Amino acid sequence: SSSSSSSSNDPLSAALPVRANYTTQRRAGYAGGKFIAPVMQVLRLTDEQGNPVEESGEDVLDGSVFPDANTAVKLYKTMARLQVMDAIFYEAQRQARFSFYMTSAGEEATVVASAAALHDEDVIYAQYREQGALMWRGYTCQDFADQCYSNERDPNKGRQMPIHYGDKHKNFVTISSPLGTQLPQAVGHAYALRMEDDGLVASRRLDVSDDAAGEQHRRVVACYFGEGAASEGDFHAALNMSATLDTPVVFLCRNNGWAISTPAWPEQYKGDGIAGRGGSYGVRSIRVDGNDAVAVYVAVSQARAEAAETGTPRLLELMTYRRGHHSTSDDSTRYRGKASEIAREPVGRFAAYLKGLGWWSDDEDEEWRAECRAEAIDALREGESVSKPPISGLFEDVYKDMPWNISRQLDETLAHAKRFPEEVPHGVPLH
Amino acid sequence: MKNTMAGMASISLPLPLRARLSILCCGGGGGSMIHGFGRAFSSSSSSSSSSSSASGSPTTMHAAINSAITHAMSEDPTTLVFGEDVAFGGVFRATTHLREKFGPRRAFNTPLSENGIVGFGIGVAIAGHRAIAEVQFADYIFTAMDQIVNEAAKCRYRSGAQFPAGGLTIRAPYGAVGHGGHYHSQSPEAYFCHTPGLRVVMPRNPYDAKGLLLASIRCDDPVIFLEPKALYRTAVSDNVPTEAYEVPLGKAEVVREGNDVTLVAWGAQVHVAEQAADALREERGATVEVVDLRSLLPWDAETVCQSVSKTGRLVVTHEAPITAGFGAEIVAEVTNACFTRLESPPERVCGMDTPFPLYGESLYVPTKLRVLEAMKRVLDF
Repeated sequence: SSSSSSSSNDPLSAALPVRANYTTQRRAGYAGGKFIAPVMQVLRLTDEQGNPVEESGEDVLDGSVFPDANTAVKLYKTMARLQVMDAIFYEAQRQARFSFYMTSAGEEATVVASAAALHDEDVIYAQYREQGALMWRGYTCQDFADQCYSNERDPNKGRQMPIHYGDKHKNFVTISSPLGTQLPQAVGHAYALRMEDDGLVASRRLDVSDDAAGEQHRRVVACYFGEGAASEGDFHAALNMSATLDTPVVFLCRNNGWAISTPAWPEQYKGDGIAGRGGSYGVRSIRVDGNDAVAVYVAVSQARAEAAETGTPRLLELMTYRRGHHSTSDDSTRYRGKASEIAREPVGRFAAYLKGLGWWSDDEDEEWRAECRAEAIDALREGESVSKPPISGLFEDVYKDMPWNISRQLDETLAHAKRFPEEVPHGVPLH
Repeated sequence: MKNTMAGMASISLPLPLRARLSILCCGGGGGSMIHGFGRAFSSSSSSSSSSSSASGSPTTMHAAINSAITHAMSEDPTTLVFGEDVAFGGVFRATTHLREKFGPRRAFNTPLSENGIVGFGIGVAIAGHRAIAEVQFADYIFTAMDQIVNEAAKCRYRSGAQFPAGGLTIRAPYGAVGHGGHYHSQSPEAYFCHTPGLRVVMPRNPYDAKGLLLASIRCDDPVIFLEPKALYRTAVSDNVPTEAYEVPLGKAEVVREGNDVTLVAWGAQVHVAEQAADALREERGATVEVVDLRSLLPWDAETVCQSVSKTGRLVVTHEAPITAGFGAEIVAEVTNACFTRLESPPERVCGMDTPFPLYGESLYVPTKLRVLEAMKRVLDF
């Protein structure tokens, strides 16, 4: 009798709910007394200095992994602008100009390069450290500042904490604080998009400005989350549902090594990261160097195309490092060394790659960063000066129409505010 | 969280439930053991709301629900129905034939995961489509509590109305069934009523079930629709129109008019309330105004307060535990709004502050007799 699965060519009956060969191995997952954990490798196309790694291919050497030089330069300029804005907005929060902020330091490539690989009509569900995707889609420092200041130009009408961005016209679904909740939602949204793109129902696409050519692209939903959020039950639900229900979702995990103070390994998981879980759900998965913008762009482009074409999910684990504190409420030196000591910097690395191609220069870099700095500072000044939404805005949009109890509470609050105008926060109109 | 009772109510294995319900159906002696559903089983089960003419054979609760979903799916091609075991018709038969009529892309099984089901439904709704999600028993909805409370309820508000989840309706069977024990009996409505942004709806008969469910599906707010599972097969309305119609959300119904006591209930408990009202008239000659709240959030305080202003006395009854149950909200609002009209302290007749027990269920639930005694107390105050 055979003693290993490899020698058996007698797969279990198709009537059984698994497809496997027989084995006489009695200690599954063990061999020679050692636990066998298949480890996925990390896709990398440029090295730490931004040089194409050997055997990365002709298209990396000549930059033709990108549709054109402008796209690659726009990708770099967006990452640099995000870096500059983060530094200035972080300081603004330290000065108590608004209540909260989270930077993307170290993760600029995971978010911006992945967003660049998506189509603008793809819907994005994010966690909170993905403002780079909105910036790629055209958000200015002013748009970000307006949200952080909860002023009347914030599309969320000032109701959520800073960095909880959302914009219907950018196909970017409003962020919420509870971790992982967006994962099964992304699956449901992708199911609905697929119904539309299969022609089963009329399109209800969120972005009103369709392609001028009227060309119908098949869309995907991109869903970002951190490796900590992947421990939530919603991750399990989403991966399983995306596979069983055939939904075109591209799951983008930013594995930056830390969930606040909790190190990913061995306190978040003991398995092979997040990508290592994909296969067990029947979801094709890949692990990528998240600080290599070229690799992220290439891997996400391919995953996006496959998901759109097949209507099935893909999982990408983008390995990176959270260089900044978790948030403005966190001092990361209390649980780890100074992140700046760790030489992993995706923005300069991509700049070096572009310079190697002759598409970018130090002079251009200096000029661009000065421009971004001025833009961010102006945005803060203006965002601060814009009026807040009115008192009535606190009571609207709970339901589509205001029910009697909330209407009564609005009246009571307005009457109270008129009796005690000093109780009304600065900048909030009294109506 | 696989339930153990689901199969009992299916076509193939209904024996324990059917046996128990058949005892209840007999009315008379059997009816008294489970807080008096006996009347609910007759075709005269109250549905005085409907002025429309009878147009069809007597309709059960599950058939009325199936009819509402069929209308909704016919009129809006984006409408999906899904959940655990929905494809073959559902463990309570509420989704029969939908897969044949609308295809496997629109009526389908999900993996066994309530947070996944509700999260998925929210995403469908954010896309601008309509989702009818089924949670197999209300007892198992708690896994999805985060998605319901933190997500569905707040989507519209937090996004400045950019990404509402109003196309979502969550159906779940709730309530005592005679032998459901801890996890096939619960009435979780009060948990949801503490959540701004949700609507909570509970029908008492097939006519309302169809009209309220259709209104819920068409409504642009997320709705928790709790169905009294004890009545799925046993409550019959003979006036359920075959065409589409709505029973308005947020509107209570005065099921019977009276002058001496206002008795407020919802869902299956309305039938207990009606029996208690009959008994009070027989014993005392007093008339009871029975109000079916139908929608709990937002609820119709105006109708209740009008009634109490007339009768001066209030009794609220629900199956769920008394402490922080929705009865407390009603008593507080009425006490405030009708303080000078009240002739006695309002009373609540509810489930106990214990988990729902298996043995001795008839001592746990708010029976006709307990409601009757409470009404006598408020009359004699």
